[in-house]
Amino acid sequence: MSETKTNPQGDPVTSMEPEQKTNPQGDPITSVAVPKADVKKDPHEDAKKQRVVTLEYLLQEAPRTKEFITGSEAAKEAIRRSNVDMAIAYPITPQSETMQLVGVLYGEGYVKEYYRGEEEVGVMAAIAGGSRAGVRCFTATAGPGTLRGLEGIASWPGHRLPAVAMFTCRVVNAPLAIQPDNIEIAYLLNCGMIVFHAENQQDMFDFIMAGFIISEMNDVTLPVGVCCDGFFVTHARGYVRMQDKSMKLPPREAWRGAVPVLDAENPPARLSRDAPVQKSNFMAYNIHAVWQQEVWAAVERSRKYITKYMGGLCTAENMDKADVVIVASGSAAAQSREAARLCKEKGIKVGLVKVRSLRPFPTKELRELCKDVKLIVVPEFNYVGWLAKEVATAIYGHSKAKIIAGPHVYGGQSMPVELILDEVESGLTGKKSTNVPLSAIMGVDDPAAMAHFMRSI
Amino acid sequence: MSLDYVKFTPGFEKFMPKEYRDMVDHGPFGKKTTVSQMGSFKEVMEEHPMCAGCAMTLFIRLAVIAFPNPEDTITVGTAGCGRLAISQAAIPFVYGNYGDQNGVASGLSRGLRLRFGDKPKDVVVMAGDGGTADIGFQQVVHSWFRHERFTTIMLDNEVYGNTGGQESGMTSRGAVLKMAPLGKKFDKMDMVGLAKLAGCAYVATVVPNNPRRVESVIKKAVLVAREVGSSYIQAYTSCNIEYAIPTDKVMEDAKTVENDRYAFSEYISDEAKEYLAERYGYKEYLPKPAAAVAALADKA
Repeated sequence: MSETKTNPQGDPVTSMEPEQKTNPQGDPITSVAVPKADVKKDPHEDAKKQRVVTLEYLLQEAPRTKEFITGSEAAKEAIRRSNVDMAIAYPITPQSETMQLVGVLYGEGYVKEYYRGEEEVGVMAAIAGGSRAGVRCFTATAGPGTLRGLEGIASWPGHRLPAVAMFTCRVVNAPLAIQPDNIEIAYLLNCGMIVFHAENQQDMFDFIMAGFIISEMNDVTLPVGVCCDGFFVTHARGYVRMQDKSMKLPPREAWRGAVPVLDAENPPARLSRDAPVQKSNFMAYNIHAVWQQEVWAAVERSRKYITKYMGGLCTAENMDKADVVIVASGSAAAQSREAARLCKEKGIKVGLVKVRSLRPFPTKELRELCKDVKLIVVPEFNYVGWLAKEVATAIYGHSKAKIIAGPHVYGGQSMPVELILDEVESGLTGKKSTNVPLSAIMGVDDPAAMAHFMRSI
Repeated sequence: MSLDYVKFTPGFEKFMPKEYRDMVDHGPFGKKTTVSQMGSFKEVMEEHPMCAGCAMTLFIRLAVIAFPNPEDTITVGTAGCGRLAISQAAIPFVYGNYGDQNGVASGLSRGLRLRFGDKPKDVVVMAGDGGTADIGFQQVVHSWFRHERFTTIMLDNEVYGNTGGQESGMTSRGAVLKMAPLGKKFDKMDMVGLAKLAGCAYVATVVPNNPRRVESVIKKAVLVAREVGSSYIQAYTSCNIEYAIPTDKVMEDAKTVENDRYAFSEYISDEAKEYLAERYGYKEYLPKPAAAVAALADKA
């Protein structure tokens, strides 16, 4: 038996880890080193030992252990357990770390195919190709990369291509910035894809794994976008409860989709042959119209799976007899939870609704949860307030609550919980808000204020 | 391919459309057909909405006949005239987004290899000069540099035909077209040179008025892409509408253009030659016996 190697701290070094090297200044060199040629261990050894378990067992029953890891590492661990066939990477901050960690998984044999694409248009095209071939595909991008790839991304639902894409939201230029801001979600909401918004590292892990399963359900057959707020989630650490890495999801079954895959084993789909673009007549318009309806109907049909495998489209906390509800998604939910706690200390009962699924949107759930509340506050990490629009549209006619579309922070600003607290207090007292303009507040029983609100946010 | 899907369900034969019955009884799937047999079998691509006298359509027909395994071939295209015909073929066709064909083909061919291993699943991209050299340029050239194992065919009519006659990167310098009102100001792009530079294992230029040559280059390109690396065929497929070529002069024009800027050329890497000789019996690429080489040298 060979002697166990140790690093300078005396910890044993496994053969998978490169030796700790230092530069001339004595700092550790952390870049990934090429494994030494004399390493005999099969790099795919652990991956080969992984066994497929049922998705119910893996997602709901398997024992989990807790680790303190970054959001990018949580995504990596989700991919490790998701039986992913192909991942295609292109760097952009803050997503780069995630996709290079997926590259490590490729080196270890957990992902079968992987390359660095030319840029996002090419990456999204290749994901479309891989999904059409019938294999399970994953990619991630952020901000300007999302918008660059959007032509392709927006075509995936129409082509009925199952895949999971992760969006680590950041500022969309210009001026150039790389800071957290989730404006890009506003663009993704109308693509016809399923869109989840992760609050933290645990959500990243769970939503990605559930995303593959929901994406590939026969009556869904749609791409799933898993969004998170860049840096706050990708680069910060949090506790993530994970199943043992010796298990993975069942593989994608290519025959299961709503549209045949293009493997020349099935009669080809006639979508290309009889594409509406070939003709200009009523039938052509009708084909496209019906297809759009079907894509959105498939989004609707995913609700039951989101409920089953993710525990619901939204979660509600401390709603009992609450006059005030904060509705938030992503990392704004974490700030809101703390704001609600501070409110409680001040004697104000505030509930929290955290929206996990933006498409489909928890319309019925919100109507029920908000029907008797007096005030709804919607804090967001973007300028335009896309979540407030969704909330107002969903509950219109079902609640008399005053809605405050704010506070908003953007361009990389962080959100002090006091900002949210101020809105709760000013909303209740009628005192003028210092952070949210009147145009972003929908009044009680005031049609003019409502109209102004919907126009302005 | 599961050839089962081109069989009749017992009892339904007489109810199937004539076109389908012909495909089952006289189609090329699972057989070897050649361009010289044209007219004696049901072609995979017959009906199409293309203009009268379209050379591109002839080329596509020939190309589809030349596919070594049409039953296991998936074509990929993009916006342009070509896809109007290719999509009518009885084999799968991917029409994705603008200029994304080589990206799609990269993911598709890798995905099919994961699922089917060594069983040939040929991916063939057929796109126009605009789709290949302009909007799709980055994905085309990167797929070559990555040595993606699929075939890229440029249907070069030297113009954006489908959108009504605009200048493309493959238009010759000086040509007056829409969006080049004063005549094109730079040279026709050297995509053949780029293909070689980027490491394609097989590169050929061809015009459609020599069907056997078209068949020969398509076959070799598809076979080389199975294992060796990227292959590229650039075919002159004139637009008789935008260049005002009378329909009965289309082949004459092809001959003129062949002599002017489209002389037949073929580049095959040494690795591809060896592969074609050993795997598919291309004797002309067998290494010359040492004695014969010496004899040739003596003669010289």
